[in-house]
Amino acid sequence: MSTIMTNTKRAIRDVYGETLAQLGRENPDIVALDADVGSSSKSIVFGKEFPKRYYNVGVAEANMVAMAAGLATAGKIPFANTFAAFMVLRAADPVRSLIAYTGLNVKLAGTYAGLSDSYDGASHHAIADIAFMRALPNMTVVSVSDPVEAELATRAVAAYKGPVYLRLSRAEVPVILDKASYNFEIGKGVTLVEGKDLTIVATGYMLIKALEAAEILAKRGIQARVVNIHTIKPIDAALLIRCAQETGAVVTAEEHNVYGGLGSAVAEVLTRQCPVPMEFVGIEDTFTESGDYEKLLAKYGLSAAHIVSKAELALRRKG
Amino acid sequence: MSLSNERKRFLEETCLGLRRDLIKLLFGIQTGHPGGSLSSTEIMTTLYFEKLRVDPKNPKDPNRDRFILGKGHAAPMLYMILAARGFFPQDDLVTLRQLDSHLQGHPCAKKTCGVELSTGPLGLGLPAGLGMAMAAKLDGHDYRTVVLMGDGELQEGIVWEAAMSASKFAADNLLVIVDNNGVQLDGTVSEIMPMGDIPAKWRSFGWNVIEIDGHCVEAIADAVDLAATVKGVPTVIVAKTVKGKGVSFMEGKSAWHGKPIGKEEYANAMKELGVTV
Repeated sequence: MSTIMTNTKRAIRDVYGETLAQLGRENPDIVALDADVGSSSKSIVFGKEFPKRYYNVGVAEANMVAMAAGLATAGKIPFANTFAAFMVLRAADPVRSLIAYTGLNVKLAGTYAGLSDSYDGASHHAIADIAFMRALPNMTVVSVSDPVEAELATRAVAAYKGPVYLRLSRAEVPVILDKASYNFEIGKGVTLVEGKDLTIVATGYMLIKALEAAEILAKRGIQARVVNIHTIKPIDAALLIRCAQETGAVVTAEEHNVYGGLGSAVAEVLTRQCPVPMEFVGIEDTFTESGDYEKLLAKYGLSAAHIVSKAELALRRKG
Repeated sequence: MSLSNERKRFLEETCLGLRRDLIKLLFGIQTGHPGGSLSSTEIMTTLYFEKLRVDPKNPKDPNRDRFILGKGHAAPMLYMILAARGFFPQDDLVTLRQLDSHLQGHPCAKKTCGVELSTGPLGLGLPAGLGMAMAAKLDGHDYRTVVLMGDGELQEGIVWEAAMSASKFAADNLLVIVDNNGVQLDGTVSEIMPMGDIPAKWRSFGWNVIEIDGHCVEAIADAVDLAATVKGVPTVIVAKTVKGKGVSFMEGKSAWHGKPIGKEEYANAMKELGVTV
């Protein structure tokens, strides 16, 4: 087991910024770009230390991503930074036409993903980014759950050859993974809690909610397995099939629309290879609103309690 | 004048040959865009046969010049020139736009040797070219990045995002050439979306601007050389051209942006280019 529940909280974006700067020290080919949100994405940490390898293009996300593509053609490893919502919407064309199409080695770091930029409202929430990125051939999609994973994932993404969408949260979240024992490998899911009754497959900040849900279920005599899928594409099909075979029911949990994200990706694997009762925890195809982050998550169905009730529903269907 | 009479004659003859081959090719496959290929013939020919530092035997040389066809629909002319320069066999040209060909309808850097960037959706070539120019500066390379754009393409907002960025980052190793043929897919540029004073627009974004006749190989060669002497700011060459140049019934006609060539049209076009078919 690689989980530890701690009270230590750290903002994912701070860990990302520091890791990017550290990567910059280790590899001179790493460059970073931002579209006037460097102090939010924390790419500014890199920018202050390496001003010659840092391009702030102003409020011009598509231009930033296309520039990153050009830099990658010449062997640089560009990290392009903006809010997740704008990475997929404003920069969709260069993401598809330049980066995914040719398989360029660009890292698209989408910060403030899900509802984590909570007070800014639906315009700044990213609930369709996984769906878009996952639908592009050649694109790898990585979603970060806690501060430990933020560092390990950023490092792994930098070392990986090819285009990657790195989904990052704005939120300050507890450390739940044990850095000493946690093994992060792109494409490999991680079982954090063993269980035989059903499997909760979670990504991003919903991982901690899944762990909480498993504790609640345990008190009710239900042994839920908890699996962290940090790489949504390519998804760890072998692990998912094994979980479905061994536990007979699956609940997915993600901070994203229920259409097109983690739940869809898991269902695509299981419907073909091991159909079992499945339930989906996510935003129910609606636009969200401004508010306190935790209250917002609860209102839109993204809490441990929601995972518990969906788990019980899946179990009833399992019979 | 940077061209000898001999080189000038060679380039002009090459352009004529390329025009003939283009009409023959597009007639044969009954698809593809003749208009924009014909307006940019002299520009691309002068670049590839006279100015660009590229070597088909070492196509990935880190210090090679980069050429980006922003107006990706002029791919047929680019392919013919790349084949003529030896990047791939000329026999491949007839497979253009057909299944299993490495010659896609719009340039694909992954499939075609010598294509530096996948283009087609307009406006992406310039910002990507800026990225290449920035990489050159980081690596201490002296290669140049040249982006050929259409005037209709200038209507894409990202072009001006990139124009202001190239200024800010002092990309003097970046050269844009605007194939200013005055015609876009749906009609003339002045009808569809008037671009006003194109040189003034670039100047206001901080660019050095050179205006030339885009069908004069000497003027193109001189302008490319002149641009290299300007330091601290990027340069744009605004090249006045004629869409469909060389085939009178195609000239200035938006209908010939991307229309199959009929049998009679083929014979007439070839006759104008000095060949009886």
